[in-house]
Amino acid sequence: MISRFRILFLISIFTSAVFLVAQQPDTPSDLERQQSEVELIIGDRIDGQPRIATPDCLALSPEPEVAGAAQAIAEVLWADLDFEREFRMVARDTYDSIPTARSLIDLPLDDWRELGADGVVSCSVESISNNRIRVTARLFNVRSMASSFGVEYLGAATNVRIYAHQLSDEIHRHQRGLRGVARSKIAYVSDRDSESVLGLVEDRSTKEVYFSDYDGANVKRVTISRALNNNPAWSPDGRSIAYTAWRPFMDILVSHVYQGRLESPVEGDSDTQNWLPAWSPDGSQLVFTSNRDGQPELYIANGDGSGITRLTDHPAIDTSPTWSPQGHQLAFVSDRTGAPQVYVIGADGTGLRRITFESHCDRPTWSPAPYNEIAYSSQTGAGHDIKVVDLATNEVRQLTYGLGTNESPSYSPNGRHVAFSSTRGAGNKQIWVIGRDGRGLRRITGVGNNEMPSWSP
Amino acid sequence: MQLPPLTGGREMACSEFSCWVRMAAICLASAVAMACAGNPAPVEPEPPSPPPETNQAATTPPAAPPPPTAPPPAPPIIEEEGEISTRSLEELNREAPLQPIFFDYDSSDLTPQGQTILQANAEILSEYSTWVITIEGHCDQRGSPEYNLGLGERRALVTEEYLIALGLDSIRVNTVSYGKEFPFDPDDTEDAHARNRRAHFVITGR
Repeated sequence: MISRFRILFLISIFTSAVFLVAQQPDTPSDLERQQSEVELIIGDRIDGQPRIATPDCLALSPEPEVAGAAQAIAEVLWADLDFEREFRMVARDTYDSIPTARSLIDLPLDDWRELGADGVVSCSVESISNNRIRVTARLFNVRSMASSFGVEYLGAATNVRIYAHQLSDEIHRHQRGLRGVARSKIAYVSDRDSESVLGLVEDRSTKEVYFSDYDGANVKRVTISRALNNNPAWSPDGRSIAYTAWRPFMDILVSHVYQGRLESPVEGDSDTQNWLPAWSPDGSQLVFTSNRDGQPELYIANGDGSGITRLTDHPAIDTSPTWSPQGHQLAFVSDRTGAPQVYVIGADGTGLRRITFESHCDRPTWSPAPYNEIAYSSQTGAGHDIKVVDLATNEVRQLTYGLGTNESPSYSPNGRHVAFSSTRGAGNKQIWVIGRDGRGLRRITGVGNNEMPSWSP
Repeated sequence: MQLPPLTGGREMACSEFSCWVRMAAICLASAVAMACAGNPAPVEPEPPSPPPETNQAATTPPAAPPPPTAPPPAPPIIEEEGEISTRSLEELNREAPLQPIFFDYDSSDLTPQGQTILQANAEILSEYSTWVITIEGHCDQRGSPEYNLGLGERRALVTEEYLIALGLDSIRVNTVSYGKEFPFDPDDTEDAHARNRRAHFVITGR
């Protein structure tokens, strides 16, 4: 065992030396920046991303909940940091040989270095009063033996996962200049509660709106309508979800999820139906499909339902709108040439252009900046696959390849991931998440059928 | 409970079961030369008293009159309308008096068969002139759920327009699209797809 660590140690020193040579700064400004950050940023290895370890936090209070939190936070943090693939995470089941830290800042960095870690997250959990905890964390650079980053959180002990999510997002921002998504939510519709639609036709299962953390944990139910609901869409402030509700006519409802308040901004009825809402990037407007002029066209309304203006005017079906990040353009689906295809149009109704030339495309979702691309579902055989078109080059790349049917893509707020529904595997529809490069596939739901994801800001 | 006395025996109180046990015991005792079945038992229970009379028993119709000598006249045909109108909307819809119509793939054009069915439905709706209906537009399981909401909406609207052209008051008809949400047949076969591409009629009011 010791000899293996010696070898790892030697390899580590060797790679560090090569790393230093390879990363010599070229300009004075680079030199300045790197000198000031040399101990704070854990740099890339030549064989890949920096390796990070997340041992269990120290439990500084005797309560069993604190011990549970100390382990849970480290586990969730590991998965959160792993998700963005900026770090190579050192597997937690290899930590057995490392002595426990004596305190938050007194940890056996040499041992961690022998295990191949470049950075270690040291953390502690302490009960401070009734159902409240203090979580303290430091990120140590194993080579420089310096703590490069530290935070302290105070809060409720009810859901300790959020401490790990917050810590992960802060580490990503501090170390990689990256906006993490560990605090984000994913809304979707599900039949998981196996209820039947109230109405005159039997044997119809409800779909209700739910949301969970980005990793599938911490599920909350939003609607209790005992009806069909579809296409949830998070508002840009992450506090409301617009969705299509069958009342029994299709209408758009907005649920202010943290206030328990429900609105019907465009007030449909059996003659004027509205569906598939999408928010403008500033949250002030909704675009949606409506039959108010006799057949499905796109309309834009203010958030309070006022000022409804018609965006499209064509005898074909125009539907599935999504807004560009700056709000100047929208993408949507139209079957004006026969099969449904993705089009882009200016928010003022001008500048229409066709984007896809395939057999059947739907549910375009415009990526957040800095990427300028649209993900959509494309019929590739019996089912659909998720594809992405780069709007600068018109190049199309495919993220999924024919396992089940893959539909309804939704971008993570940093644009690096896409959530979608898929029937791959067991055949039920589940929500899956994949990197925009087609790597890092993971499933986040498992109960009932779950579809039409919307990733929160 | 006091039971009536046993015939041929001394008066006693026993449950029905114990009486039978007693009888069987006597039977066994006298069965040296002959079988129980061959010789009636000396004691027999009386049949239990009838249940108390109820109102239902009091309303038992009198005995039927003697059959007439001439054959009866044919009964009048009773309008079925009265019978249907006593049913719940759920039962009425289960019987589906209005036939669904079917569409071609990715199409909201009425087929000739669809038009024939709609004409028959229009006649039924003019007969039952108070019915209010919802036309549901449905799609097959191919294609994406979002686009299919629009396609189902068009199927419902086209069907509504045709019925209105045939004279149905527009106030009696609503439309809704369910896209591919409620397949009639969830299988992934051409037959199932064809059955799912439909406009389905639900009676929502009488």
